[in-house]
Amino acid sequence: MESLAVKTEAVGRVYKIRERKKGEPKERVALKEVSLEVAPGELFGLLGPNGAGKTTLIKILTTLLAPTSGHAWVAGHDVLAQPQRIRPLINMVSGGESSGYGLLTVRENLWMFSQFYGMPSRRANERIRQLLEIVGLADRLNTKTSELSTGMRQKMNVVRGFMTDPLVIFLDEPTLGLDVGAARDVRSFIRSWMDEHPGRTVLLTTHYMVEADELCDRVAIINQGKVLASDTPATLKRQLQREAIFKLEVSPLDGTEPEEFKRIEGVKQFVHRPVEGGSTLEFILEDEGILPAVVGQLTQHNIRLRNLEKREPTLEDVFLKLVGMSMQEVEEKPGG
Amino acid sequence: MFFDVFLPMLAVSAYVFIYRAIGAPEEYVGFVLMGGAMTAFWLNVLWNMSSQFFWEKEMGNLALYTMAPASLMGILLGMALGGMTATVLRALVIILLGTILFNVQFAVASLGLLVLAFVLSMVALYGMGMITASAFLLLNREAWHLSNLAQEPVYLLSGFYFPVRSFNFWVALGASIIPMTLGLDAMRQLVFEAGPASGFLAVPVELGILAGLGVVFLFIARYLLAYMERLAIREGRLTDRNR
Repeated sequence: MESLAVKTEAVGRVYKIRERKKGEPKERVALKEVSLEVAPGELFGLLGPNGAGKTTLIKILTTLLAPTSGHAWVAGHDVLAQPQRIRPLINMVSGGESSGYGLLTVRENLWMFSQFYGMPSRRANERIRQLLEIVGLADRLNTKTSELSTGMRQKMNVVRGFMTDPLVIFLDEPTLGLDVGAARDVRSFIRSWMDEHPGRTVLLTTHYMVEADELCDRVAIINQGKVLASDTPATLKRQLQREAIFKLEVSPLDGTEPEEFKRIEGVKQFVHRPVEGGSTLEFILEDEGILPAVVGQLTQHNIRLRNLEKREPTLEDVFLKLVGMSMQEVEEKPGG
Repeated sequence: MFFDVFLPMLAVSAYVFIYRAIGAPEEYVGFVLMGGAMTAFWLNVLWNMSSQFFWEKEMGNLALYTMAPASLMGILLGMALGGMTATVLRALVIILLGTILFNVQFAVASLGLLVLAFVLSMVALYGMGMITASAFLLLNREAWHLSNLAQEPVYLLSGFYFPVRSFNFWVALGASIIPMTLGLDAMRQLVFEAGPASGFLAVPVELGILAGLGVVFLFIARYLLAYMERLAIREGRLTDRNR
């Protein structure tokens, strides 16, 4: 266990929610028997839709929440029994967090947090300047935090998390709500920090497939509190190598039940996305030979095929195959 | 400034006019002024220190504070020092304004004892604030109501606007659990000529009790903060605003 950065054994968490003051509390299962092992130096991703249990797992690993079953260790220490040993070794950055105080400047906020970790003031100030330079916020050193844009604020949060050079850093949706440029900057910073600190470990949660694919050495796909698969992105995608994945852009379905396409023999998974002036249909087929049957079904319903694209499997397809729904569908499902 | 200086000054003025209207001894004006100045500390403990963790949770800082290797008590101590420094300035402004407006005469018996009384009162008062802060670690919106509920009774029991000796001995002794009661009484005895005559207990006794309260409160606060943190982690209340 000493050699692992993070290890969980059948970790579960049940929340008791009391809807009315005098009513019996209802139980909501957030995590079910999650077992994971993350080696030092790994950039490990937890990929899943909102409400999948990713943040709950991060809270457990950062000693902020107790598991209701199972055990978890960070850097060889038990999260429940030895939180004081874990805390100096870790840090966390969450997407959309509004930590610190708006009245304080960027430097003051970051310096304050550095003091909680016992960093000598001079070293903290040097590190703050250095990291702000890297993320492109050097000119905002003395700007009040309340005057920062969302992207700038998140970059400051990233600096806060990384300035202590933690042994294990937990990034909970670090690019949530950021524009494309800011998200790219944050991702590139994470990658370069990992390259500069080979022994450090990052555990990242995200529901952006591209982010997981681009950043992570290994990924665990999580849904409804359960880990469904865990491997390198390439290996996960290789599971779909035998299948053929097609994306079809078609005219509006006009009364045709999308479910009809699922019933075609050889269609393993199917996703329908209405778009302006038509629809996008994505198929995972047993093999390419099923495609004529799909096209035939379109013709039968007078649906015009505008574009057809065969593509390589993505993590989205892996998720679709494992769950039977796309991540977007899971998130839009009532109670999902 | 409005809530911390102007409003206490209004209350002080009202009591000064009442005391003058009924022909109360002139030193009561000084007692009231002193009480008015000390309300700033009570308000600081009540609305900042006690409910600090509630607000930190609302702002998203509590999780980061908890997972940092610094103790919550250390973080609270830092906040207490910051709050106390700002409040000392407010209290001094109230005393200065009141002295000018109502011509209050001071006769400090011992500056050293006065400083000691103030420091011991602050240690015990902010220690009590830390105890309540630990309870607020588990609370959500109820925190606001509890602070509201505690504000006025303490004004009464601690004798902010009158000498606590006016109470029955046992009531005054019971009220002494609130550090402001003995702190204020000791300071009044030390800065006004007629202070000792209306004091509740002898100054050394009051200072001894205050020192004891400070030690006990800090000890309880340390234990409770650790206990409440464990409880909040178990129940998932540290990070979730709805729990």
